[in-house]
Amino acid sequence: MMAKQSIKFIVVFLLVLVSFKSFADGGSSHHEKGNVIDTPQEIKDHIKHHLKDSHDFHLFSDNAAGKHYGFSLPVIVWTSKGLKTFMSSAFHHDDAGHVVVDKGDVKLTKIHSKIYELNAGATAVTFDDKHHATNAHKVLDFSITKSVVGMLLAGVLMFLGFVTLAKGYKKGPIPTGIGRLLEPLVIYVRDDIARPNIGEKKYRKFMGFLLTVFFFIWILNLLGLTPLGFNVTGQIAVTACLAIFTVVIYLFSGSKDFWAHTLWMPGVPVILRPVLAVIELVGFLLIKPFSLLVRLFANMTAGHFVVMSLIALTITLKESFGAVGSTGMSLVLALFISVIEVLVAFLQAFIFTMLSSLFIGMAVEEHDHH
Amino acid sequence: MEMLLNDFSPGLFIMQAVILVILIFLMAKFAWRPILNSLSERESGIEDALKAAEKAKIDMENLQANNAKLLQEARTEREEMLKEAREMKTKLVEDAKTEANETAANMIAQAQAAIEGEKKAAIADLKAQVSNLSIDIAEKVIRTELSNKDKQVALVESMLGEATLN
Repeated sequence: MMAKQSIKFIVVFLLVLVSFKSFADGGSSHHEKGNVIDTPQEIKDHIKHHLKDSHDFHLFSDNAAGKHYGFSLPVIVWTSKGLKTFMSSAFHHDDAGHVVVDKGDVKLTKIHSKIYELNAGATAVTFDDKHHATNAHKVLDFSITKSVVGMLLAGVLMFLGFVTLAKGYKKGPIPTGIGRLLEPLVIYVRDDIARPNIGEKKYRKFMGFLLTVFFFIWILNLLGLTPLGFNVTGQIAVTACLAIFTVVIYLFSGSKDFWAHTLWMPGVPVILRPVLAVIELVGFLLIKPFSLLVRLFANMTAGHFVVMSLIALTITLKESFGAVGSTGMSLVLALFISVIEVLVAFLQAFIFTMLSSLFIGMAVEEHDHH
Repeated sequence: MEMLLNDFSPGLFIMQAVILVILIFLMAKFAWRPILNSLSERESGIEDALKAAEKAKIDMENLQANNAKLLQEARTEREEMLKEAREMKTKLVEDAKTEANETAANMIAQAQAAIEGEKKAAIADLKAQVSNLSIDIAEKVIRTELSNKDKQVALVESMLGEATLN
């Protein structure tokens, strides 16, 4: 069923991608400072912008009046001159490197959601023909970005919810209220994800990580479906971090048997053993984490992309179907994909946790046949 | 790929790592540990309760088997008692009958004896009365006979004659 779902999903994704590309190509009347986002190019840019992390919490804009509604977030960057902090409002919603923030000894600007430090002496960013900044370089950005806010929000929600559940057990063995909803989920992760994959004896040690990751991803995926517009699990840095956690955990908890089987596989000709060792190592160090991080990232990014594109149909199809027709189509399709996205939100959290526990299970397994 | 790498933000990566470590630690300490402990406690509690229930069921079955056995025994005993009682009754009735018969026989015998006695007494009485009457009659006859002197002498003579004969 899962495979079928993925295939369906990919098909829908590709269809939308292809059709979207054609809109983008057909869009010739591109105007730079429009009142509303109504051309394919602007829509494309808007979606691209949404998929990226953002330095301010933007809810909606009135482009005609040039007003943006939302709130700015703190920017914390490590520059060549040390740590600099200021509010993102200093950039005045500029994302193209036009506004340069002077912090005394360093000049900072923001290009495509990335903070750049201008090289010494430069006062404005210059771009080459591929729109790469030539006289500025990226800085290490510890800002409380929208994604960080999302993570903190998810963390707080999780903490409050599950501490409530934990406290509920002091009153009696059967939880009440929100705990009644959360308890089956915890049992589900324990009995259907951790236990069968890791084994009865060793699963307990990894429950902290697996449960946290499962609910963290799920809540963030669901937050991504709200109009607040988080796209935390669509940030490759976030999924990479999660995957690396899994790798670190299974490498450090690998049993003697695991290392013996990985590095010097018994039962095969000696000449093949180094080859197998290389394959196994590449598998455990690169392929498995990569599959984890890309799967989550791609699914969530694709989901956001599809939903936003379908919402945009109301504009892009207006000429062919009229306002009512395009809005209706957009509504029906967006609703349909959103429902699928609710499922995908759970599915991806499940798959990530499932595969993590599967890999951990491989690493901690002890063979007794030799 | 280049776009992916370009999108990768090391700062966000570090923030995420820090948040995740803190979150795992906090969740493990304040949520997962108590929750999982409570769950396993509850599960072992349920298991124990189920085992206890199973045991109670077996006990109950044993008890019922015992009860049935006791009931059976009681029934046998009752039947035996009834049988005994019936036998005793028969015996009592028999005894009573025998005794009654004996008593009746005795009474009849006594009655017969009494009747015999009475009869004898009556006969004796009758005899006495008959003899008195005879004497009276004899007296009267004799008085009439002895109203003259000759006859008296004749009688004495005859009686004396008889007496000698005896």
